[in-house]
Amino acid sequence: MPQARSEDRGRLEEITRRIRRDIVVATTAAASGHPSTSLSMVELVTAIYFGGVLRYDPANPNDPDRDRFILSKGHGAPGLYAVLAEADYFPVEDLTTLRKLGSPLEGHPNMCRLPGVEASTGSLGQGLSIGIGHALSARLDTRDYRVYVMTGDGETEEGQIWEAIMYAGNHKLDNLTLILDHNGWQQTGAVADIQPLEPLTAKFEAFGWATLAIDGHSLDEVIGAFEWATTVADKPQAIVARTVKGKGVALLEEAPGKWHGKPLPADEEARALEEIGAPR
Amino acid sequence: MSFGLSRIELETGQPTREAFGEALAAAGSNQDVVVVDGDVNNSTYTNKFAGEHPERFFNVGIAESNLVGIAAGLAACGKIPVAATFSTFLMANAFDQIRMSVAFPNQNVKLVGSHAGISIGEDGPSQMAIEDIALACALPGFTVIVPADGASARAATEAMIEREGPTYLRCGRPATPSLYRDGSAFHVGKANTLREGDDVAIIANGIMVAMALDAAEGLAQEGVRARVLDMHTVKPVDTEAIERAANETGGIVVAEEHLAFGGLGSIVSMVVSERSPSRMAFVDIGDTYATSGRPDELLAQYGLTPDAILDAARRVLKD
Repeated sequence: MPQARSEDRGRLEEITRRIRRDIVVATTAAASGHPSTSLSMVELVTAIYFGGVLRYDPANPNDPDRDRFILSKGHGAPGLYAVLAEADYFPVEDLTTLRKLGSPLEGHPNMCRLPGVEASTGSLGQGLSIGIGHALSARLDTRDYRVYVMTGDGETEEGQIWEAIMYAGNHKLDNLTLILDHNGWQQTGAVADIQPLEPLTAKFEAFGWATLAIDGHSLDEVIGAFEWATTVADKPQAIVARTVKGKGVALLEEAPGKWHGKPLPADEEARALEEIGAPR
Repeated sequence: MSFGLSRIELETGQPTREAFGEALAAAGSNQDVVVVDGDVNNSTYTNKFAGEHPERFFNVGIAESNLVGIAAGLAACGKIPVAATFSTFLMANAFDQIRMSVAFPNQNVKLVGSHAGISIGEDGPSQMAIEDIALACALPGFTVIVPADGASARAATEAMIEREGPTYLRCGRPATPSLYRDGSAFHVGKANTLREGDDVAIIANGIMVAMALDAAEGLAQEGVRARVLDMHTVKPVDTEAIERAANETGGIVVAEEHLAFGGLGSIVSMVVSERSPSRMAFVDIGDTYATSGRPDELLAQYGLTPDAILDAARRVLKD
């Protein structure tokens, strides 16, 4: 059974700064990509890969006993690639090949080209179903790995997500944890203006899930939520994490409706890295 | 291989969906085979597998997108998932999921679509897949198989599970004439020559193969010797058999239970026009949805008959 990596609090905070830096540098170098959506998920993926949650071994990316992390909101690829690089799946220097012709770091994750990527996502709504497949396989093989799936909030407008939520709740898939990166914004505006989701936790509970709402930028709350998830029996778990789109970069935070899918202009990079607190 | 068959001699055999169901249940002795079905297991006959291996059978209810995604996840874990429902619900409803969760990452998922074509009868157009081959062939890396009878459906099911790679197997609702004995040679990607002839070639699959044999008998009475090919594998298509037919005969008729666009006719046309341009004619549903009626009435109404194939052959041979 591979091990989870459990870093201390100071190191975890340093990792969040590095990942934010990696996201900004990679998308700015590519002049393409989704930095703001990647920035809202940083504490979440840091906790998963370094906060004692995910059991994995980069030297053995196909270990059948590994825990799985599926980024269903595939446009957050810069965030996924950054945490995979920091977790030693591939060199950090490779991050600046994001979206370039010939690079395995495609605009959205490609499971056939990059170790550590569990599903080829990007067409929203598909990752939770795939995660259910992994969870069912664990039951068939009596393996005790866990499956973590991250979705966006706009993504929960997709019908397939609710097909999957219904199935997982009905079949009591307690080895399945959904993390909903609830940053409140989608491409053309606020989720609250386009397709309000509240009462969100009540909806999960109605479908037979255990739910917890947290501050998605508090490492304490995030790690606590993952610990809580492992104590839940007979229900899949939904962690609804309130986050800020563009977290860490003032320009992006101030105008979340303006920056979906847009990289920082090159002349904004230096200031962003200073705000993040991690120079190049 | 030549069978020298005439449809008059053929017995009615099992529906392809039933033969698939039996073969799938037998294939369940391989512990990696798992089955996912969308509330239609007593129509697709995956219920036979469910009866013998209940712990590896998953009824996901009426949710085709979720069905395909779950199959993809199972495949990623090394299982051999067979995902089944009606052809149209599978290919049309879940096409994005098939495209991005299965085809793009080349997952080893076996998709089985039942109740294909207009021969399902009274249920009508909403249940009839008439464009599923076009959709399936538009998936890079997929293998697409349309068995003509029970024995070949059985062989196709076994072959599909044995081989690596995403596959779409198309089954129908009604009983069809038996063309093959169990154990007859069935090779994915290789058409079977059921009748030799050099005047005209009839390339067909599914229920149109038996009709092609009927038409060949009729042509023989007019002194025209027709070659009949069962082109069960539409992708990868048997380009060599097509090229030989184009080179060695006076023209090619393609017959399929599918829209004119995007199915066997389109695929064969591409090969012929590139390698050996020849006269061609097509027997298919055309560019229309069907309606409700008895299967035999619908086939007659929408031009899927031995006479239609005969007429097409005469057109091809006319100057």
